[in-house]
Amino acid sequence: MTAQDIHDKLKAAFGDAVQEAKLDAMQPWIRIAPNRTAEVCAWLHDQPEMKLDYLMCLSGMDYNNGKLGVVYHLSSIEHKHKIVLKTECPKDDPHVLTVSGVWGTANWHEREAYDMYGIIFDGHPDLRRLLMPDDWDGHPLRKDYKVQEFYHGMKVPY
Amino acid sequence: MALLHQRFENDNVFVVPFDKFLNWARLSSIWQMQFGLACCAIEMMAASASNFDIMRFGVIPRATPRQVDVMFVAGTVTIKMATRIKRLYDQMPEPRYVISMGSCANCGGPYWEHGYHVLKGVDRVIPVDVYVPGCPPRPEALLEGIIKLQDKIRKDSYLRKPAK
Repeated sequence: MTAQDIHDKLKAAFGDAVQEAKLDAMQPWIRIAPNRTAEVCAWLHDQPEMKLDYLMCLSGMDYNNGKLGVVYHLSSIEHKHKIVLKTECPKDDPHVLTVSGVWGTANWHEREAYDMYGIIFDGHPDLRRLLMPDDWDGHPLRKDYKVQEFYHGMKVPY
Repeated sequence: MALLHQRFENDNVFVVPFDKFLNWARLSSIWQMQFGLACCAIEMMAASASNFDIMRFGVIPRATPRQVDVMFVAGTVTIKMATRIKRLYDQMPEPRYVISMGSCANCGGPYWEHGYHVLKGVDRVIPVDVYVPGCPPRPEALLEGIIKLQDKIRKDSYLRKPAK
């Protein structure tokens, strides 16, 4: 199935949840609403003609314009088609619905995105930091991140 | 023993300061904490293997901090790991020594500017006796570091009362 077909079927099923798309890119992408990710992804995963059963990567993004984002690279092992989903949320209130119930691998990916960007995945079963210490200040991969001076008495900057 | 072999007329009795004798015993069996952090640990393992044979210096890896004399901090010390390194160091019996191996453990290495997660030198949490430069150092460099540490132990004076 081509990216155009996936987009059209998604648009027919969810309407305004599909916000934007660029289908002539090398990796065609579709942008969806952050509060609809769970149902859209569950649909893409379960539909026999889609069957996007493999979440290749889930990335956090800081677009540096007051918005954070999440990018999902999806693939179907059976149909051998791929699609990229994107979603955006405001930086001062970053909430995205979790997809960890759809793909188990999203659990740790979302924890990493939370750790690095502070994106809160609503409905996640265990949203803790993955890499940084639990009591760390801030989210390091945000563009406006300033590293803390001390951590437990250890000086952090050079 | 080749230096002493068949050199004496009478039975072999030495007169030597006890401190020196003690230090000779200590520097000939520096037991090492068996742990590594990053790519430097690979070089440390190479130093342990047969080509470089770290055991000819009496360096034996031990899997518990209670039985060791020296800790090789071999690799990048993340801030999360630094608290654990401090705890391991505190568990080592005295006298204890630390060899900081590689640029990361010495000063943060390539992470010095943008590495928000890296401690910029392990000497910020524990005292370091010998720094081995390199990224990563060759096994020979680590052996050189051990020889430097042996020189340091040779000059110790444990039995004499400390100067007031």
